[in-house]
Amino acid sequence: MFASFFYTLRKHKVSVSLMEWMTLMEALSKGYAFSSLTNFYYLARAILVKSETHYDQYDVAFKEYFHGIETPEEIANQILDWLQEPIRRLEISPEEIAQLEKMNWEELMKTFEERLREQKERHNGGSRWIGTGGTSPFGHSGRNPAGIRIGGSAWGRSAVQVAAERHFQNYRSDVVLDIRQMQLALKELRQLSRVGPKEELNLRGTIDATCKNAGELEFIWEAQRKNNVKLLLLMDVGGSMDPYAHLCSLLFSAANSATHFKDFKYFYFHNCIYGHLYTDIELREAQSTNQVLKTMDHDYKVILVGDATMSPTELTMVNGAIDYWEMNETPGIVWLKRIADHFKRCTWLNPEPPRNWIHPTVQMIGRLFPMYELTLEGLDQGIKKLVAAS
Amino acid sequence: MDDFDKFQGTNKYIVSEALRNDVNVAIALGRPLLVKGEPGTGKTLLAHNIALGLGKQLIVWNIKSTSKAADGLYVYDTVQRLNDSRFGDKDVSNIRQYIKLGPLGRAFASEEQVVLLIDEVDKADLEFPNDLLNELDEMAFTVIETGDYIAARHRPIVVITSNSEKELPDAFLRRCIFHYIEFPDETMMERIVRVHFPDIESELLQASLKKFYDLRKIEDFRKKPSTSELLDWVQALIVGGIDYTAIEKEIPFISALVKKEQDMDLLVGGRRSKATPNVYRRYY
Repeated sequence: MFASFFYTLRKHKVSVSLMEWMTLMEALSKGYAFSSLTNFYYLARAILVKSETHYDQYDVAFKEYFHGIETPEEIANQILDWLQEPIRRLEISPEEIAQLEKMNWEELMKTFEERLREQKERHNGGSRWIGTGGTSPFGHSGRNPAGIRIGGSAWGRSAVQVAAERHFQNYRSDVVLDIRQMQLALKELRQLSRVGPKEELNLRGTIDATCKNAGELEFIWEAQRKNNVKLLLLMDVGGSMDPYAHLCSLLFSAANSATHFKDFKYFYFHNCIYGHLYTDIELREAQSTNQVLKTMDHDYKVILVGDATMSPTELTMVNGAIDYWEMNETPGIVWLKRIADHFKRCTWLNPEPPRNWIHPTVQMIGRLFPMYELTLEGLDQGIKKLVAAS
Repeated sequence: MDDFDKFQGTNKYIVSEALRNDVNVAIALGRPLLVKGEPGTGKTLLAHNIALGLGKQLIVWNIKSTSKAADGLYVYDTVQRLNDSRFGDKDVSNIRQYIKLGPLGRAFASEEQVVLLIDEVDKADLEFPNDLLNELDEMAFTVIETGDYIAARHRPIVVITSNSEKELPDAFLRRCIFHYIEFPDETMMERIVRVHFPDIESELLQASLKKFYDLRKIEDFRKKPSTSELLDWVQALIVGGIDYTAIEKEIPFISALVKKEQDMDLLVGGRRSKATPNVYRRYY
């Protein structure tokens, strides 16, 4: 019975691990909850919840599970009863663990289906069908490669199937991107060179020099190694990118909070790059692309993020820009070519899965920039490309 | 059960019931206590006061962006040894004299149980917390150069603070007891101020608290004033002999509360914000 509190928590996306659960059991068996529901509330929260951002979910789960239980005496007996229940300390067989994982997955699936059902009722026909929040990993499935939305009732069903498949994959191989993983991936983006005052002792050099000097000490000092990489991030914030907004913001915060870059700059664009780049997501503060190219050195590493999916006219025609006020005299593809030519190292990260890359504009852009999927693996590959010997 | 409920707060440090419980759970289970919260809510002071309240020695390990996990255990001073071998008259064959224990090492080696504060763990490299996992689990390590095995005689009480600048790894989080220090509400704050200034006039206290919480309501502030700044400000008010009626009209010693130039401009310049027009109007 108590074990189901574990699942109630997990259902509400509080990621409790078995290890933390065991710790709670240990604390309970030692009587630290003092037979009071309030103490139990704080005790369980301190042990099980590791981020204040999850406190709310914890509260919801707690309320759902314990509602109706008011008096402390009752809870004391119940906790004692629960301690007799199946999950006992240190007695979990591999089969049981397997079972736990399986149930956990089903639990997650159930939540997802519920959410999907809910959303359909509320937002039917809306442009942000599966929102930008926590469910976004599932979100892309509903859209076909050319960016045309399909309506009708059969839609939801297929999205569930595709999403289920994707989610399962991600769960199994553990490649769900979170900000920490992205930070780790971005850490690979470095080229170390020695700059600054010479204050670090080079031990090997000192030994060599001392030996050559017939045993008279000769110290060799050198400067610390610093990362020399400058990063430029260009992100598509067009309408077709809405389902990936969460993913993109993760990448942005990972890059922005990374302290190891010598310089980090970012701009936004809508669908394709023309004469202007924007410093804000609402595309109000513009800078001329020419100016950006003029003022930035060739050695910036460039990561472009976008689905590269648009009407071919937007890419190849004069005045083809989706925003009429852009009035571009130069086709988008030429601007992209200029960027690819100006910077030595560029990579394009596409949040769409590669099976959708048959679209003509994705093909064309893929010939200009090496293109990778915006997953952990794709990010790794793209970064390898960026730091490859230049 | 007798060793539970050890920590009760100190006469200079007010703890909420939740925090007191969490500290005692961490002590009883021998797990590190991870404390997060807004700057200035007393994360670091907590460790100092646990040490004070329990009458234990405090060892502080301030983490910097260059800190490495191994530095916390010990440092082998090779340069000193090299120097001694050339110029010194010491016997350099004894490597032990060049092994210097770091904060974690000292906490383990101590004869008595100590409180170890690992301050601002998120300042360090991303992998830093993971590198500490084993040592914090086992509470022991081996000095490679000498083969000495250093194990904690008494598990130190470990308090770790974080400002959420970086995400901490899951494996690390799983081993910790976590507490988020909420910003104190007005009643709690009144108690806190009274602990520091027992003789403060009630009118002055009420007026300053009111102003303080009004300031915190301004959403556009880069840095909202925190508890420690309130205490500084109240002290300035008392020392300056400011009458409480003066606070209602303007804010004397505003620089004790508002630290950023932009925030000051916002306040003095009276630029209006859509979010909180009412709050601004009072400061014209």
